[in-house]
Amino acid sequence: MDLFGDLVQVLASTVRLSIPLVFAALAGLYAERSGVFDIGLEGKMLFGAFAAASAAAWTGSAWLGLLAAVLTSVLLSLLHGYASITQRGNQIISGVAINFIASGLTIQLGNAWFGQGGRTPQLPNSARFTEIVWPFAREIAQVPIIGPVYAGLISGHNVLVYIAFLAVPFTWWVLFRTRFGLRLRAVGENPGAVDTAGLSVSWLRYRALICCGILGGFAGAYLSVAQSASFIREMSAGKGYIALAALVFAKWKPFNVLMACLLFGFLDAFSIRLQGKSLPVIGEMPVQLIQALPYILTVILLAGFIGKAIPPKAGGVPYVKER
Amino acid sequence: MAEPAIELVGISKSFGPVRANHDIHLKVSRGTIHGIVGENGAGKSTLMSILYGFYQADSGEIRVGGKPVVIHSPNDAIAQGIGMVHQHFMLVENFTVLENVMLGAEGGALLKRGTAAARAELKRIEREYGLEVDADAVIEELPVGLQQRVEILKALYRGADILILDEPTGVLTPSEADHLFRILGKLKEEGKTVILITHKLREIMAITDSVSVMRRGEMVATLKTSETSMPQLAELMVGRSVLLRVDKASASPGKVLLSVRGLTVKDSRGVTMVDNVSFDVRAGEIVGVAGVAGNGQSELLEAIGGIRKAIAGEIVLNGETLDEATRRDPAALRRKGLAHVPEDRHHMGLVLPFEENENAILGYQNDPKYLSGPLLDLDAIRADAREKIRKYDIRPDNCRLRTANFSGGNQQKIVLSREMEQDPDVLIVGQPTRGVDVGAIEFIHRRLVAMRDAGKAVLLVSVELDEIRSLSDRILVMFAGRIVGERGAGATEQELGLLMAGVEQREAAE
Repeated sequence: MDLFGDLVQVLASTVRLSIPLVFAALAGLYAERSGVFDIGLEGKMLFGAFAAASAAAWTGSAWLGLLAAVLTSVLLSLLHGYASITQRGNQIISGVAINFIASGLTIQLGNAWFGQGGRTPQLPNSARFTEIVWPFAREIAQVPIIGPVYAGLISGHNVLVYIAFLAVPFTWWVLFRTRFGLRLRAVGENPGAVDTAGLSVSWLRYRALICCGILGGFAGAYLSVAQSASFIREMSAGKGYIALAALVFAKWKPFNVLMACLLFGFLDAFSIRLQGKSLPVIGEMPVQLIQALPYILTVILLAGFIGKAIPPKAGGVPYVKER
Repeated sequence: MAEPAIELVGISKSFGPVRANHDIHLKVSRGTIHGIVGENGAGKSTLMSILYGFYQADSGEIRVGGKPVVIHSPNDAIAQGIGMVHQHFMLVENFTVLENVMLGAEGGALLKRGTAAARAELKRIEREYGLEVDADAVIEELPVGLQQRVEILKALYRGADILILDEPTGVLTPSEADHLFRILGKLKEEGKTVILITHKLREIMAITDSVSVMRRGEMVATLKTSETSMPQLAELMVGRSVLLRVDKASASPGKVLLSVRGLTVKDSRGVTMVDNVSFDVRAGEIVGVAGVAGNGQSELLEAIGGIRKAIAGEIVLNGETLDEATRRDPAALRRKGLAHVPEDRHHMGLVLPFEENENAILGYQNDPKYLSGPLLDLDAIRADAREKIRKYDIRPDNCRLRTANFSGGNQQKIVLSREMEQDPDVLIVGQPTRGVDVGAIEFIHRRLVAMRDAGKAVLLVSVELDEIRSLSDRILVMFAGRIVGERGAGATEQELGLLMAGVEQREAAE
């Protein structure tokens, strides 16, 4: 029974660790499906986290924090759009530049505004997204199996977690059931087809990047005002890149994205759980190795296990009308 | 004459210093098929792009149904009932037929309602014009002919009354092209107006009612098709009289110079592109390889030319069986007397930003005659380039000009002069006249025949059946990576067309 309790705990922390990946990977999905690569997810997340923590610290409202994160991330998206759509620049370089901007500016601004070495002040719970306990969670927690699952896994997360889970079917619906989605997928495959159909390639891609920015803001806000209670420098810690890997792993499909992110989250949760524990046969594993485990597995999975992932055909290529 | 469906009045368009269209006047009558011919760069595509709203004219007026209209974007063109079938299909390859047809005309923010309506409308159009396609088929799984049909359906679905087709038969087999022409005839019967852009005069003669000829951005003539002839059109296009047939004596083949045995090539996805191919090319003959683009001809040429790995088979050059290292080394192959004119001059034949004289020695830069010690002998190189320019009538005659500034025909002559003047024993040539104007085609063809008459072995790969038929002494037909037939120089177009479509092979397999 204790083993089952452990499992529920690992799964619950899997969920918590995958949420920023889910938001970020879905953000990337909108951008890449429209034909714009977005290496800048990492930077959007980081800047979003900083904006959320700062705004929440000033206003005392987690929701205003979220709004600030979304606005910041959308602005960065538009910058990326201006460079890579309007000016037809290299999308990778523009994305990397955004990551640099975010990495440097967050520390700089944080220091100037709060004077805590790049950190933002510790947020009180009232300025955070805190756990929501579902009805009867405490009452039925003792019921075998159902109890722990309901109380530990389904109940007890903050609101962004539930939004993330809803964002997955919503994204699927947008992509495959709406006009916008049809056009978005088309512009990522053959912008010429969109152009000759009398639609604006640039405007479609900008809209896709705005969607990307909104979700990137959610990812950032989750890091600083939901998962923790302040911004710390480089707190995105490569999650934007992992999200991109998850996106490839998921072959740019929304439900696959959820699965891939949960898998990466699980590896993360599992490695935390393993720390300091002694395993049969091997004995205690070195912490460094355990921490590296998710990344090693990511590389292995990406290298061999998914077959060929075919990206959107027009991805990474600025659209130029041919003569 | 019926009222004009579309009228262009004094259209001019320049790109920087280049005058693409100059004071173009054109009337196309309703319910007719109107051909527009002209050499590459004559301004046909620019004119149609203006009509479809891709570009705006610098001056001039477009009238649709007698009324002046402003067309700023494809959207405006669609609203005026103008549809276009592009040379390179504008389809989303992993979408279904229905999704492609709907794109841009979905009928509402949600797809569900619009899809049902679109499906019904598509069925109606298919029935009306005899254009059956499975609405749920994915584009990339359809043959090219059907993909083109989807493009036509797209235009009709948007209510096009005037349909522009830009070089529609370039990618089709002869039988697919015949089918397309029947469809166009049907459209005409239904009162639609068709504008057909092509450089194939035979198509113009076969299906158009009237024809306009463009030359250097100007409209030089509009004629009734029944009152003109191919030689007259060719002369109008080029501005001088042109020999359409190649004059050549019958071949006198000598010993085998190039022998290919059991050659098999796979592409990067592991698909077999050349499947156990064997043939010989003798001294003093031109062997043509015919086939619809994508049936392995390109891979065959690249494997022989040393730029693609063959997984099996052997190549014998001049009696010497080539070892693996030589086979993968184009420079070594050149030294052994095999010259290669690649299919795509822009990607493989030339470095466009280089000066003409630099391109004229590319691949032969280690030849002692171009070197002085460890350095290039620029004087020798430029003298050599000037000699080739003179001999091949390359214009402009300036060997210091950037290669990108030469026209397609002259660029092709640069490649040909480089390879031919090295006096190879075997010349392998891909698409020697793709994107080359009629005047230059004549010249290139004469040169290839001269190579043959000088006792060289020539392997010619081309998707232009006319070119294959007029130059080759023997014709090999490739289909799905295999040589499915060999015919003599007198093979008819129908016979070759059936082979190219894989008909005989399928029958043999049954």
